[in-house]
Amino acid sequence: MAIQATCRQIGDVSILDFSGKITLGEGSALLRKTVRGLIDGGQKKIIISLYDVDYIDSSGIGELVSAYTTVKNASGELKLLHLTKRVHDILQITRLFTVFDVQSDEDTAIHAFR
Amino acid sequence: MSAKTQRIEVTLETLLESVDLAESISMRIAEAAGFSEEELHKIGMAVREGVINAYNYGNQQDRRKKILMTVELDTENMIVRVRDQGKGFELHEIPNPLEEENLLRTSGRGLFLMRAFMDKFDVHTAPGGGAELVMIKKLPDKDSGNGTHQPE
Repeated sequence: MAIQATCRQIGDVSILDFSGKITLGEGSALLRKTVRGLIDGGQKKIIISLYDVDYIDSSGIGELVSAYTTVKNASGELKLLHLTKRVHDILQITRLFTVFDVQSDEDTAIHAFR
Repeated sequence: MSAKTQRIEVTLETLLESVDLAESISMRIAEAAGFSEEELHKIGMAVREGVINAYNYGNQQDRRKKILMTVELDTENMIVRVRDQGKGFELHEIPNPLEEENLLRTSGRGLFLMRAFMDKFDVHTAPGGGAELVMIKKLPDKDSGNGTHQPE
């Protein structure tokens, strides 16, 4: 399935809904571009929803880490929402659960921003 | 190689498309060997990471170079080898991505995932100097049904 990203705005929180594979090439590039675009547009509170992403490779993981540091360096905050089992497992074995704020409920995620 | 060993050899171009192709080929072979859907995913992903490594780090995206993938099925194992035409590397020189100071690195997790998803993983120096990644997965036990694909 081709990667797609749509952006919703709820108050001052930007929610990026991804669907498809976040892998080397198109998927990683789209993730980088959309997060960069939000930061350049002055957004500081970003949620990446991965409900429809059941495949991520090391390149995609690297891009999630890059998104985290990009947002943090802009004094913003990034949260991950709705991880599928496979993405959850990958973040767990790579210890990235200790880095990301992972949420399973959208309202909770929105209200968890400082 | 024994008479019961089946071997497929594929020469891949150093192209992004080769990553998907190698993953697809290895998953089809693994499916025919009876692996479960979850194991197919792990094998496909490990092979994917192997070819990404060859494409990005071994051959440095140089289209003049090739990636050689071989898949062997013997009586006990599925053995995948991915060979590049780069400079090769030593496994112990690669930083551990699980260490605290490496968690925010944006690369360096591919080898870790290959090791995590396969039963055995090693890196050799290929003839000519490139790296040869060797990944081994034990075939599912046909008697117990463990790990085997269960048709609906």
